[in-house]
Amino acid sequence: MDFGETAVKASAFSYFRAATIDQALDAHARAGDDARFIAGGQSLVPALSLRLQAPRLLIDITHIAELRGVRREGACLRIGALTRHCEMLSEPLIAEFAPLLHAAAPFVAHPAIRNRGTFGGSVALADPASEFPAMTLALDAEIEIAGASGRRRVKADEFFFDLFETALQPGELITAIYVPLFKADQRFAFDELARRRGDYALVGCGMLATFTSDRIDDIRISFFSVGNRPMRAKAAEAALIGFGLDAEHIAAAQAALEDDLAPPENDEVPPAMRLHLARVLLGRLLGRLGEGA
Amino acid sequence: MRGFDETLLDEADETVRVRFVVNGRKVACEVAPRETLVDCLRDKLELTGTHAGCEMGACGACLVQIDGRAVHSCLMFAVQADGARIDTIEGLTESGAIADLQAEFHRRNALQCGFCTPGMLVNACELLSQVARPSREQIRDALSGNYCRCTGYEAIVDAIDAVAKARSAGGAR
Amino acid sequence: MTAPLTSLDRPNSYIGRSLPRPNAKRLLAGRGRYVSDLRLPRMLHAAFLRSPHAHAKIVSIKTDEARALEGVHLVATGADLATICTPWTGTLDHFKGMTSAPQLPLPLDRVVWAGQAVVAVVAENRATAEDALELIEVDYEDLPIVVDIDGAREADSPLVNPGSVSNVCFRSQLDSGAVDDAFAHAAHVVEEEFSFGRHTAVTLEPRAIVADYDPAAGMLTVHHGTQTPYQFQDLYSRHYGIPEARVRVIATDIGGSFGMKLHVYHEDMAVVGLSILLGRPVKYVADRIESFVSDIHARDHRVRARMALDAKGEILAMDVLDLTAIGAFSTYPRTSVVEGNQVVRLIGAPYRFRNYRATLEVIFQNKVQTSQYRAVGHPIACAVTERMVDMAAAKLGLDPFAIRAQNVIADDAYPQTSPTGYRFEALSHEACLKRLQEMMGYDGLRAEQAELRKRGIYRGIGIATFVEITNPSPAFYGVGGARISSQDGAIVSLTPSGEVRCLISVTEQGQGTEAIISQIVADQLGLAQEHVKVITGDTEVTPHGGATWACRGAGIGGETALQAARALKRNILEIAALILQEQPSALDIIDGDVVDAGTRNRRLPISEIARIVYFRSDTLPPGTQAQLTVSHHFAPQGYPFAFTNGIQGCSLEVDVDTGFIKLLKHFIVEDCGRVINPMLVDEQLRGGIVQGLGAALFEECRYSETGQLVNGSLADYLVPMPMEMPDIAIAHVDTPTADTELGAKGVGEAGTAAASACVLNAVNDALVPFGAAVNSIPITPARVLKALKRF
Repeated sequence: MDFGETAVKASAFSYFRAATIDQALDAHARAGDDARFIAGGQSLVPALSLRLQAPRLLIDITHIAELRGVRREGACLRIGALTRHCEMLSEPLIAEFAPLLHAAAPFVAHPAIRNRGTFGGSVALADPASEFPAMTLALDAEIEIAGASGRRRVKADEFFFDLFETALQPGELITAIYVPLFKADQRFAFDELARRRGDYALVGCGMLATFTSDRIDDIRISFFSVGNRPMRAKAAEAALIGFGLDAEHIAAAQAALEDDLAPPENDEVPPAMRLHLARVLLGRLLGRLGEGA
Repeated sequence: MRGFDETLLDEADETVRVRFVVNGRKVACEVAPRETLVDCLRDKLELTGTHAGCEMGACGACLVQIDGRAVHSCLMFAVQADGARIDTIEGLTESGAIADLQAEFHRRNALQCGFCTPGMLVNACELLSQVARPSREQIRDALSGNYCRCTGYEAIVDAIDAVAKARSAGGAR
Repeated sequence: MTAPLTSLDRPNSYIGRSLPRPNAKRLLAGRGRYVSDLRLPRMLHAAFLRSPHAHAKIVSIKTDEARALEGVHLVATGADLATICTPWTGTLDHFKGMTSAPQLPLPLDRVVWAGQAVVAVVAENRATAEDALELIEVDYEDLPIVVDIDGAREADSPLVNPGSVSNVCFRSQLDSGAVDDAFAHAAHVVEEEFSFGRHTAVTLEPRAIVADYDPAAGMLTVHHGTQTPYQFQDLYSRHYGIPEARVRVIATDIGGSFGMKLHVYHEDMAVVGLSILLGRPVKYVADRIESFVSDIHARDHRVRARMALDAKGEILAMDVLDLTAIGAFSTYPRTSVVEGNQVVRLIGAPYRFRNYRATLEVIFQNKVQTSQYRAVGHPIACAVTERMVDMAAAKLGLDPFAIRAQNVIADDAYPQTSPTGYRFEALSHEACLKRLQEMMGYDGLRAEQAELRKRGIYRGIGIATFVEITNPSPAFYGVGGARISSQDGAIVSLTPSGEVRCLISVTEQGQGTEAIISQIVADQLGLAQEHVKVITGDTEVTPHGGATWACRGAGIGGETALQAARALKRNILEIAALILQEQPSALDIIDGDVVDAGTRNRRLPISEIARIVYFRSDTLPPGTQAQLTVSHHFAPQGYPFAFTNGIQGCSLEVDVDTGFIKLLKHFIVEDCGRVINPMLVDEQLRGGIVQGLGAALFEECRYSETGQLVNGSLADYLVPMPMEMPDIAIAHVDTPTADTELGAKGVGEAGTAAASACVLNAVNDALVPFGAAVNSIPITPARVLKALKRF
């Protein structure tokens, strides 16, 4: 933190409220890409107030109807980018077909933040400590992006590059996230270790597994707050696929985490401690998964 | 709605006219795009019951209702709220919507300096509109983003708990 | 069945009653009037450019572009303000040998902490002022920095104040003698080193000030979110050369203070100067990040302590070294050595032993100043003492309650003088211990703990006795030369309509000052509380006094109000006696009526007396000059401080795999003498405890090696929030002070004093099966896991 220029009032910018995706993309292009899209704004507004960012133009996308709504589309749930965090808790389709998101939602900040913050905004920001971006990995979700060259869908596995760097190009915006429908032979678990309710977690984890009786056919485990981006724990997954959730395999998965995670240097939570906490959390969640979660 | 007009880019310092329904009354005011809703409410509309405690969404002192939901007014620019219905502590007081909460907070001294109180009340109001009989744990969870340095929170939890019980017993609302 | 009548059954018996605060309704309706709400005609807004360096020479400051920005009225540097403001120095005479460099609103040539204000901009609004800050260029030349305590004490350490011989601000030693001898002959010795992180007040309303200088009248009015308006009236007058009578400081509603808002801040002093330079009102509200880097911090102590005991567990002696780092300056006007001074004087205070030695060393470093914040020194003294007692108990195989019962000063042994020279009038450690043990269901908790341990659940039970300093006499500051009053004043009037108005020098920050003063006045005069209006916090209106700090409001302010009300009552009854042709002694006042003292028969409403006095004085006997306004001052005499005492307990659970701690329940038995309003006292305790719990588990100002505060925001600095805080059970023992009629002592800091000690003991209790121990506060998951060797 640099205290030379603390600020609490944003630099001046122009504001444009877009009615359609095309209007929003057009405005961004014409601002010479010195623009930011704003949806819920729960992360962007403080960044502007603190003058960590100072775009010329703010493009409000919250009134674009196409970005709204949760509905079934074939084998997927289409979750509009503007779906608010609170809707993850209240929307029956989410509870039924994407229960991992429903389970993660209460951990996202606080009620009033959840009333404004959007799913698409959270994924677009790709904060490595946030719940939802990491859950798109566990869910094998696809992110639909609109840009000057049209629409495309990117697998969550190919979306998150590095710290706040994603497959989103300047001027592109997320329109929806497609999540495969939750199936009867699947189980999920989610938890995090946060100092206080609603804080960014020291470590968080979500998982979705497909079982044949008690044997894991497939499992996707994702962590947050353990590196520069949301992370899949592929080595841990590999240690579990084809096996039951006994102590031996849980321990193997815990051991494998060393290869999966890249905890950052941090005085308060040293990398070794974060790895330890990730292992504890993984063990607990797998235990719950074994109990049917 | 019109498309994007590039001249807008040179007007960052110009104010724009926004319209809200604030506490049941239509209001129009001129704001700079960079002005947050909390600053607009406090400075332009003189609704100083809404407080700014951290200006980054971490303390809950600035909560207001936007279209019926509790929202941090420091995490919104006033222009974003153009067209919205906004209810502040002043309006909630005048309408009597939270009179029982206010009375119970008073009776139990669930406030000291009072700076967090409007935000606490807005959040309590929202909680009780969604959960009729919250547990103490649910009350604490609902308030998890509302910072109070004075009370230690217990009296606030007690007050909300008591109002929830009284409302349920009364059967009203 | 009817319960026997008590004094509370008498009409207007408000002392001892739980009553809501009359002034809280405004706050509940969003009608508080905080300084941050204030808008005056032609008011401008200040913002400050701050130093990004912990220690650097200011080579040059370029402000041309900022000055040229539309909407900017003034850009001021240290040199500009130094022409109108005299420097201040944060030393006091009774701290022999202490040093501190002179301070100015803004620095002239050197910055000494990262976040120090360097240049001020005054503009039409805050946003424009911040735009201008971006246009200022300051050229710095880095100087070597002093960050940690050990480095600061090394012989070849860089110096915070070049030209001084070392980084030591103050050193002192207490020695009762015979300490070495006691240790040499002890059956048991326990020894430990403790560290206490820096933390800060984090009031929800940040510091806020509106200075309004009117050059035509030569009058300075300052609307200031402070506990101590009179102190600031004096300081603004002296440092800006304005006659005291032409300086008015108004402290209206304040969004929390806790000691933080009674110190001189560079920005606040600057804002007064900016208003003088401009002849217009200037407002400054610290933003949250500015608060973290410029509000005073507190604690930051490292204590090495030893305790000697005999074979039976009788404490024989303690030997202590307290090192504390206070930032680059000692704070003005109360200094930054008071906390350390209280640490070394309060250690061991509840116990009977006589041999005590303590060394205090107060050290400069390149960080923001530390100074008095709620419970000054107490949490450290308490944690050190109580942890040592628990360590001794473990060594001797004694229960924590038993070793304390064995060693506390007996309730019938007062008065007593502690080995550090504190004089205790009457305390109640034994009664409190007994009460706590019952209230906690201690034996049940121990049984439950044992049972759960078998299932791998690790609960901890901790207790901590404490002593708290309240009602300070001039021994605190006055004797050191500080113009900080330890007396209070009240002006009590019967209004023409028969109501009572009380103007009093103690101030309100939400603790209920105005409520208890109205209770006392109504009680003593004999009228309904709603007919008493209390006015505080305006130096133009209220008499000079100490205001509110160090838990003096109820004890000293309350006594002032009590005596003033009694004097007014005497005056009212004198006039009533003339009108009724009775002896004053035959009359009394009940519920706003003059009555026959014996029969309580109603004779005359006091409103009628007021009417006659104010409008028909012609009907009174010749020569009568009715005095329906009384002004009265009270300065504490007798004991230099009214000490209170108590004991806290807590139950918590340690997750030994994650290091997370869940607080389950907290308990306190407290003795603050006469309780004026039990509900308000309990809420002071609860709020104070939660501040202590925040310190115990969460709060710490963390710095990088380059002296940068790395967690200076409300997202990163963890304050206690609702979900993690426990419910708190409270009981009281009442030992009034005989020094006053009222008998009240202070209570605002008791909760904070022992809460962290209690948690420290409980966590260590939980860790017993692992042979692990934690002796650092805050007790973070990292520290717990380290102690458990989990990573």
